[in-house]
Amino acid sequence: MLKNRLTRFLSMSCLAAALAASPVLADESIILQSTTSTANSGLYDAILPMFQDQTGIIVNVVAVGTGQAIKNAANGDGDVLLVHARPAEEQFVAEGHGVERFDVMYNDFVIVGPSADAAGIEGMESAVAALEKIGEAGAVFVSRGDNSGTHKKETALWLATDIDPDEASGTWYRETGSGMGATLNAAVGMGGYTMTDRGTWISFQNKGDHEILVEGDSELFNQYGIILVNPEKHSNVKAEAGQAFIDWILSDQGQAAIASYTLDGKQLFFPNAK
Amino acid sequence: MTTPAPDASKPRIGGEVRGLVYRAGGANRIDGIDLALPKSSLTVVLGPNGAGKSLLLRLMHGLLEPAAGEILWDGKRLDERMRVRQAMVFQRPVLLRRSVGANIRFVLRLRGKATLEAVDSLLAEVGLEQLADQPARQLSGGEQQRLALARALALKPAVLFMDEPTASLDPAATASIESIVKRAHERGAKVIFVTHDLGQARRLADDIVFLNRGRLVEHTPAERFFDQPDSRQARQYLSGKLILD
Amino acid sequence: MQDFGEAFRLAFQLVLTADPDLLEIIVLSLRVSLTAVAFSCLIGLPLGAALAIARFPGRPALIILLNALMGLPPVVVGLLIYLMLSNAGPLGWFQLLYTPTAMIIAQTVLITPIVAALCREVVEQLYSEYAEQFRSLCMTRRQAMSALLWDARYSLLTVGLAGFGRAVAEVGAVIIVGGNIDHLTRVMTTAIALETSKGNLALALALGLVLLTIALSVNAAVMMLRMTASRYAYA
Repeated sequence: MLKNRLTRFLSMSCLAAALAASPVLADESIILQSTTSTANSGLYDAILPMFQDQTGIIVNVVAVGTGQAIKNAANGDGDVLLVHARPAEEQFVAEGHGVERFDVMYNDFVIVGPSADAAGIEGMESAVAALEKIGEAGAVFVSRGDNSGTHKKETALWLATDIDPDEASGTWYRETGSGMGATLNAAVGMGGYTMTDRGTWISFQNKGDHEILVEGDSELFNQYGIILVNPEKHSNVKAEAGQAFIDWILSDQGQAAIASYTLDGKQLFFPNAK
Repeated sequence: MTTPAPDASKPRIGGEVRGLVYRAGGANRIDGIDLALPKSSLTVVLGPNGAGKSLLLRLMHGLLEPAAGEILWDGKRLDERMRVRQAMVFQRPVLLRRSVGANIRFVLRLRGKATLEAVDSLLAEVGLEQLADQPARQLSGGEQQRLALARALALKPAVLFMDEPTASLDPAATASIESIVKRAHERGAKVIFVTHDLGQARRLADDIVFLNRGRLVEHTPAERFFDQPDSRQARQYLSGKLILD
Repeated sequence: MQDFGEAFRLAFQLVLTADPDLLEIIVLSLRVSLTAVAFSCLIGLPLGAALAIARFPGRPALIILLNALMGLPPVVVGLLIYLMLSNAGPLGWFQLLYTPTAMIIAQTVLITPIVAALCREVVEQLYSEYAEQFRSLCMTRRQAMSALLWDARYSLLTVGLAGFGRAVAEVGAVIIVGGNIDHLTRVMTTAIALETSKGNLALALALGLVLLTIALSVNAAVMMLRMTASRYAYA
């Protein structure tokens, strides 16, 4: 009782205090914890307005690395999680933070590097072999190093090689600890190789003389999953609106919207909801 | 009748110090002064540089804590209730960064009675009524000191301390300060006036307190002090010689 | 570097066409940072003034602490506020995370030490001039504090300006607690960070130029006010 009243009083004063308090509370809105790779590609700008038109629900996207997105969602700071790191997602559900995980779409990773290609990896079909060649040549490779989905994928690929890049950390293996964009900027700046998702690469505007050198390996497949944050664990979760978004994006309509998004004439994401 | 006279029910305060000592920099700057000041006189404090004139004033007003000795007003130890009935004008006026009128309003408000009429009459008393809206810090030196004096009078002080208020003023400004002080004294304020200016002392003083090296040399009625000072040091001082002991 | 030329061209284009998205971002930036400045003044000015005139054991240590807090990294502040406002945190039930309010709180925490510490210096200097007169007037601490704050008002404008400069330019705190959500919590600095990460260096630089222009105008306005004040010997 008292706590309620106190809460209301404090909230009111906080709101009154913040002259800038946003009117967002008036409309229904959800928070989507997602990754920089999806947000930077422009996908959300293209498909979210369609969802909002139909349902009136505003989707506010917080774009951070997959690691941080999962952590934020585990704190209950979000209603829906859309990331690309399957083992971590499954663990998230197993720990009770999420209700259920669904496949949404995929894109793929590519290895980009300077067109001079000192390590000579252009056209290689195996991503693992390409990384091995880079490591043997001691050519600069720029890693996200931020525990993101992309970083986790990259680490898994290195594990399959005979090279332990951590030993070379700071020499030819350089971890930026930053998002995909910052890492691409660094790779271009250093003339180094890096692994990126195709969507971010296509929409990236500062390519310099870098180009895609390795692509098409099934190992580079990048699956995105969507999870409703568990309302039983986190009472603030807007389960209904969140579920509406998940239902929509998994529906034929939502899947078609994903497929129709192109940049420079290229499709970036491939829907594969079951 | 411009400035309100002190309340008749409040008697003029006589000040007294006993065995007063003030130490600074390892030396006794005030070195055992005993002094009793009459209730109604205009007392002028004289003495060479470093005699301790300003220190004595600050001690009696409670701005400084003595190392030893007592300060009594009306037979009671100096306390806050006594201090609010005192006012001091400093050699260099400290004016607020506000207009002339606001400087007066500020002190009136401190005592909880700022009326438009009170501000006007105080400014009229010191001849600054035309300048009420001017920034205080743009006034001339003489005007600034008059404003400081008006501010002191706004407190309706029973005791008015003046610490060389005209030291850097021209004769006209000095004359106007002196006449305002005399009027305040005639209306009942006890005035203790520190000066270097012997002419000023002759014009104003009822009694003279003469200090040298932190000690009281003599306290005599003004006439006698200027005609026949009791002490050799005062004679030397009056004749313009340096006092070397 | 063609990015520079391109940046200037883009900056002019953005401003001249009054790009609605840009306008929204600028307005939010100003709203958040100015509100934060207002709150930090409300807290920091009395705190600084009190510290300037009070004498107590531990005062030097407190002053050192306050001066050190001026260098608080925005990211650390952002993280602390995130942990407080997160649904897993003690203040989660306010539901303030990812709102402009959260950004205001973070920036207020960030700049209150700056306002308080600089105010302490300004007021202490003024007090050294006024102290004896105030004691003569038998003023209470509270009366002295408010008189000093008012008389230092034009110097304190610069103090507020220092706080504003820090608030409007920081990105570390607002990006964590605001989330850089489009049309909701995106401000100048987070937009610049975003465009940089997209590789739109020219656009990022153009936004930076706009931010710089805003900072310049605010500074110029305050400077003119101060100059007017010192003409009247109020500053």
